[in-house]
Amino acid sequence: MATIELVNVEKKFGASFAVKPMNMTIYNGEFVVLLGPSGCGKTTTLRMISGLEAVTDGQILFDGKEVTWLHPSDRDIAFVFQFFALYSHMTARENIAFPLQAQGESKENIRKRVEEVAKMLRIEHLLSARPGGLSGGDQQRVALARALVRRPAAFLMDEPLGALDAEFRESMRAEIKRLHIEQNATTVYVTHDQIEAMAMGDRVVVMSAAVVQQNGTPAEVYHDPANLFVAKFIGSPGMNLIRGHYADGKVALPGDSYYAVPTDWQAAIHEVIGRAGDVILGFRPEAAHISENGPIATTVYTSDLHGSYTMLHLELNRDTIVDVRAGRGTSYPIGTPARFDLDPAMVRFFDPKTEAAIHKGGNQ
Amino acid sequence: MSTRTAAPTSPVTISTRVDKVGRRPKVMRGIRAFAVIVITIIALLPVVWMIMTSLKSPSDVVAVPPKIIFKPSIESFIFLVTERVQFASPQEAAEYKARDDLKWYEEKVAQRGQKITRVGDFPKQLRNSFIIAGTSTIFSVLFGVLSAYAFSRFKIPGEGDLLFFILSTRMLPPVAVTIPIFLMYRELGLDNTYFGLILLYTTFNLSFSVWLLKGFIDEIPKEYEEAALVDGYTRLQAFRKVVLPQAVTGIAATTVFCFIFAWNEYAFAAMLTSDATRTAPPSIPSIQGVGRIEWETIAAASLVFLIPVVIVTFALRKHLLRGVTFGAIRKG
Repeated sequence: MATIELVNVEKKFGASFAVKPMNMTIYNGEFVVLLGPSGCGKTTTLRMISGLEAVTDGQILFDGKEVTWLHPSDRDIAFVFQFFALYSHMTARENIAFPLQAQGESKENIRKRVEEVAKMLRIEHLLSARPGGLSGGDQQRVALARALVRRPAAFLMDEPLGALDAEFRESMRAEIKRLHIEQNATTVYVTHDQIEAMAMGDRVVVMSAAVVQQNGTPAEVYHDPANLFVAKFIGSPGMNLIRGHYADGKVALPGDSYYAVPTDWQAAIHEVIGRAGDVILGFRPEAAHISENGPIATTVYTSDLHGSYTMLHLELNRDTIVDVRAGRGTSYPIGTPARFDLDPAMVRFFDPKTEAAIHKGGNQ
Repeated sequence: MSTRTAAPTSPVTISTRVDKVGRRPKVMRGIRAFAVIVITIIALLPVVWMIMTSLKSPSDVVAVPPKIIFKPSIESFIFLVTERVQFASPQEAAEYKARDDLKWYEEKVAQRGQKITRVGDFPKQLRNSFIIAGTSTIFSVLFGVLSAYAFSRFKIPGEGDLLFFILSTRMLPPVAVTIPIFLMYRELGLDNTYFGLILLYTTFNLSFSVWLLKGFIDEIPKEYEEAALVDGYTRLQAFRKVVLPQAVTGIAATTVFCFIFAWNEYAFAAMLTSDATRTAPPSIPSIQGVGRIEWETIAAASLVFLIPVVIVTFALRKHLLRGVTFGAIRKG
């Protein structure tokens, strides 16, 4: 297993950047998820690590050894593709054995390793089938087996669950995570599904517009997003972001409500935007709780029952709707007034000019 | 029924979705089957007529009205592979027939008042056709698949222009360039050589083969090779082990088309070949009968000439059926 380092790696297509110069270290045995909307450069980054795409500048190091210009076959990596890329003219067994044949392993050894890995993925009974006859989940298991069989230095996975049905996706997610833990394999995993990223990653690297927006643990990107993009992108729905005017320790919100900023935040806000000015208040749906005396007045726009809870869409004024999580016991008819308060530990503030988060501990 | 309701007001029991409507009525299927039979008859009639003619005796061939029921004979095939002369006199004929070392086919020919002098040219011409059509097909497909792969997978400067240039070689009927090619070939000493015709047919087929194969290779997701590349194979190995097996449908279809063109080509073969390298197509219409036009021999020649194409097409039919509909298959 290897530590992967990217040093000022960039990719340009013509004059436009697919990936702006980025620095990142993926430690030995770590599961790092590259997360972002389509076209953000996450797949390009993965392909540069694999060597399938050449970098336009920068260096890639595996365990301190430069591999920037090595051929993919010399990097000792395994790649799992979204559409499996199983060879339809070979059986599952031949598919799994394919990488070992490239290494010139003995027939006996190949047979043993294939059976070992098939057992691990519980696909022994499928070995003589051709990929065309397998379900999506089984195809991806065969593809994973093909990646695992070589015991590579790193696994690179490009949306491996993207082509699966929802039911398979959940169980495969657990399988991949379990495999990762058992194998302690350095893994770089690309996805646009933030739930998948949160569930699987040791670390989540959020990308957008060819730039890394935030690199942190799932809890960090969820609770302390670095900027408005991450706040909005992570979570389902994303963080509520309300623009208001700050003055005298209070934020004037749309709909004539005032939110008293917790005192421990005030210094940080002063530092960034001054004594008074526009600020963006952010909070997760579960940070709000409905209460008769809550400072923020709204009317119910609509509500969705999610089984274990109810998601309320509350209207501050015509242009501002926030999502608030509430218990499933009470009913909230459309148009009725509702007030809510926020958990002071869970509110966040952003600077509307730079879109960056304001940090309580001081801003550079 | 003009009002629209936002939601069903009663449980949905009948679906109006077209895909749930029952099968077409039997009458429609009957009409279709009839049309298929008629088209099949129209397509097969000339071939059937040719087979019948080739099996007729010289007198049955010219019978008016044509005989549908006749006593089959294989004389035409003996005529096809032999060179014969008429007996000079009844005396010679009687002497010849009296010999007891005659083979069965010599006897059959003798009954028609002819004597076999040597093996005919047709077997050699057929062999020439095999050599030229076969070799040029192999080259067309080999070079075609290599350049189609390059066009499909790599960024080539001026790719669009190059592809257009390749296609443009087919915008002119080949016959239009017969004179320049004839003159060029004579200067270069390529006329009346195997190499000359192989080169020519490969050139004509290559544009077609590049375009057709590029379509097929475009359909193969590039992830297949990428998977092989990261699994430790070089690009050439990946091409051989992954791309070629996946492209077998396209290669089969291209092979059939290239072979049919090279096998059937008439105009250049007639102009650029003579005795030693003459192929079958220009020789069939010039089959010289002995004392008359031997329609049954010409029919037999056409029949024999047809067989290799039928065999090649039949052998590759499974791939062809998928091949000609390749645009409809989604990748992945």
